[in-house]
Amino acid sequence: MKRYLDVVWAVLWKDLRIELRSKDVFTSMAVFAVLAVMIFNFAFELRVPDKTVVIPGVLWVTITFSGVLGLGRSFISEKDRGSIAGLLLAPVDRSAIYFGKMLANLLFILIVEAFLLPLMVIFFNTNFVSPALLLLLFLGTLGFAAVGTIFSGLAVNTRTREILLPVLLFPVMLPVLMAGIRATIGLMEGDSIADLAKWFNLVFFFDILYIVVAYLTFDYVVEE
Amino acid sequence: MSLSRRLLDILNFLALIAMLIAVYMALIEAPDAINVDPAIRPAQRIIYFHVPSAWSSMLAFFVAFIASILYLITKRVRWDIWARSASELGIAFTIAAIISGSMWAKPAWNTYWTWDPRLTTYTIVLLLYIAYFMLRGAIDEPSRRARLAAVYGIFAFLSVPLTFMSIRWWNTIHPVIVDNPENPNKFGLGPNMRITFMFTNIAFLILFVTLLANRISLGWAEERLDALKEKLNF
Repeated sequence: MKRYLDVVWAVLWKDLRIELRSKDVFTSMAVFAVLAVMIFNFAFELRVPDKTVVIPGVLWVTITFSGVLGLGRSFISEKDRGSIAGLLLAPVDRSAIYFGKMLANLLFILIVEAFLLPLMVIFFNTNFVSPALLLLLFLGTLGFAAVGTIFSGLAVNTRTREILLPVLLFPVMLPVLMAGIRATIGLMEGDSIADLAKWFNLVFFFDILYIVVAYLTFDYVVEE
Repeated sequence: MSLSRRLLDILNFLALIAMLIAVYMALIEAPDAINVDPAIRPAQRIIYFHVPSAWSSMLAFFVAFIASILYLITKRVRWDIWARSASELGIAFTIAAIISGSMWAKPAWNTYWTWDPRLTTYTIVLLLYIAYFMLRGAIDEPSRRARLAAVYGIFAFLSVPLTFMSIRWWNTIHPVIVDNPENPNKFGLGPNMRITFMFTNIAFLILFVTLLANRISLGWAEERLDALKEKLNF
């Protein structure tokens, strides 16, 4: 177990170190997220009586769209540099590689969220952030990273690569996205976590399901 | 080969007869729905087409899911053919269910389309399996295509049960026919309509099995054709 966690940590640290040096992924994700919020503001300006009603949708859509940018890079960079072969040749359990990369992606998206939330509070002039919302976002992002990481590995083996990733990912992500948006609406209307337990449970349930299925199938995705 | 050919012929014939009887029962034998507005009574008969199509699509996706798992375990071409055949049929039945649903929705809800959770999740299921075929189309090497498609086929199925449950979990305007908790006799159809409803479901089951068997035999023909092309460097 200790050894397994060491491998997970090594892969995670490798991805973080690459990112710390190049800042490719984070910069594109963050700039894209700001752009998306701007565009949404233009789109809804004066058309929606109260702009706060669109916050849940804007929040989740922005996270999903900017997240998929980073997820795409996760395996494409490995493939292009040829380092994927090195990773796979390492005498370790391959699911550990999956968890390492998944945690790295999770961290990237969470950092973008930490950057996005204060920005949205300012732009929409409403403080909608609460501990319950942070928990919900964390659970939603976990599911997103869990499926996104394995699909990134899937898409990199195809001819169309990054074009295909959102097409594969978004419909599969739908249960988490739908439940996340519903629960965010509930939280903004003042419901407690207990009232919204159904949605929190649904997101949590799908997180577990995604992680287990990804754990079971990752070997088949990377096998050559 | 000739035995399976003969089996296919028998299935084709059975499906034809069953579907003809189903059409007769749905259009003539089944009584009018007295509890709905007279203007939409003819449209109500779409239920005998709509519900079996939707169930057949769920069944097709389930078969594709199981076949995908079996492919990953055994790596036999057979299961890849099963998975892609069933997914294709699932798409066909889903489209049939969505179109027939719209035709009923126009008189009943006064709109062809509404953003009801049931309709939305079901449409997403359609997109899932379209994405499945896009994935297949984007990979050239057959064994890699089969392997990655199987992984996607497993993930795609995870949200299918949610679609099925959506009419019970959300406040939706889509009717619940079977096992409705708000209905004392647990079933939204009268006894005479129930017979037709059951029969059309069985007829669609036979139709589904027949189409699947035909599609699988076509799948084997495709495999043989590819092998021949390979041999001739075509």
